[in-house]
Amino acid sequence: MIAVQPTKSIDARGMACPGPLMALIGAIRQGKVSDVIEVWSSDQGSKTDIPAWVTKARHELVSVVEENGYARFSIRKAR
Amino acid sequence: MPSQVVVLGGGVGGTIAANLVSKELGASVKVTLIDPAGMHVYQPGFLYVALGQANGRWLAQDERRLLRDEVELMIDRAVRIDPLARTVELARGGRIGYDYLVLATGARLARDEIPGLVEGAHDFYSLEGAIRLREALRTFKGGRVVMGVAGIPYKCPPAPVEFVFMLEEFLRKRGIREKSTITLASPLNRAFTIEATSKLVQPIMEARGIELGTFFNVEAVFPDKKTVTSIEGEEMPYDLLVLVPPHRGAQVIEDSGLGDERGWVPVSRATLQHEKFDTIFAIGDATNLPISKSGSTAHFEAPVVASQIAARIRGTVAKENYGGRVMCFLETGHRQATTIRFDYNHPPVSPQPSLQWHVAKWAFNRLYWQTVPQGRVA
Repeated sequence: MIAVQPTKSIDARGMACPGPLMALIGAIRQGKVSDVIEVWSSDQGSKTDIPAWVTKARHELVSVVEENGYARFSIRKAR
Repeated sequence: MPSQVVVLGGGVGGTIAANLVSKELGASVKVTLIDPAGMHVYQPGFLYVALGQANGRWLAQDERRLLRDEVELMIDRAVRIDPLARTVELARGGRIGYDYLVLATGARLARDEIPGLVEGAHDFYSLEGAIRLREALRTFKGGRVVMGVAGIPYKCPPAPVEFVFMLEEFLRKRGIREKSTITLASPLNRAFTIEATSKLVQPIMEARGIELGTFFNVEAVFPDKKTVTSIEGEEMPYDLLVLVPPHRGAQVIEDSGLGDERGWVPVSRATLQHEKFDTIFAIGDATNLPISKSGSTAHFEAPVVASQIAARIRGTVAKENYGGRVMCFLETGHRQATTIRFDYNHPPVSPQPSLQWHVAKWAFNRLYWQTVPQGRVA
């Protein structure tokens, strides 16, 4: 897999759901089209909430990488 | 010479912290609280004003009356903080030095960040906004009411849910419920940030015919067309639009470079000490902590900050850390309410809505002035 260099990384580990999703929405709001936002989340709810929002908002889920005790979500702002 | 403790902001957190530091250290400290208005405002009351259940007059009191005599109140606005020189520059001129600084500067509303919001939307996040909304509701003849959120984080996370429940009751009493639709446009895929609370309130919303729109993060308002759009690409028509405005940290935080990109102060989640400057602490809405921005958070954090500062002045170890404690009421209308309680280690719990919690909320509203600012209830 080709690693995508994130424009911005948000360490939302330890934030209770939906903190990581809210942080992502905030970053997408502030970001530019084609920016890649990476969110680190240790919350299990993020695994459904983040992909569901990305689909609804028509952005692109570039990758989900499982790490030790958390996951890294990369999202490209598509519009 | 006594240590100098300066507190910026005369809201719930600043007032309690100033009183407790003064009480704990007595003559070995000089506490100065700086507030631009010198008035203490009970912000949870705005919602009741908007729905005609309370008069605006009981929401504000002279800050001087809530502070211990030993605490000096300066009515002025802090315009810049120099964390290295440990000084605060004031709008009326001059500087005040500090050994320890408490940032209890709250959140400010950034209504102009959303195009069309000022012209097209109501809110209950200021007394003026609540009164304007009350007038609009008084002449409302029925139609589509949309309650949405135009930025996160915002103060009092349960407020939009409370508003739709209380509005449903209001419209029913006025005999125009059948001529109206109520939609809660939620930024998430559920009614409320906390899943357990959502599971409790969503069936009640359904039973009362309150519609739920999901993943709707407001992008712009079009007052001419009477529509509101979301960053997710949807459009919703309205006759009466109520939005939680975007929030930012205080101007002085942004101008002094003490906050993140939205002006929230980065602090340790346990000690509430600034991440870079060990003589600065922050409380309540001002912090960047990912917990509720609410009076209860400030209320529970203020004794921790007071304890941390008192220990440092004495050269001892602080007795208290902040454990993330938050407790909110959530009015569900028709004389019922529930509560939401949690901390860093315990997920939120909400009991079934009941009359008991509604009465408790009203008792709290009434007893607030005699208990909370003085730090009498913990």
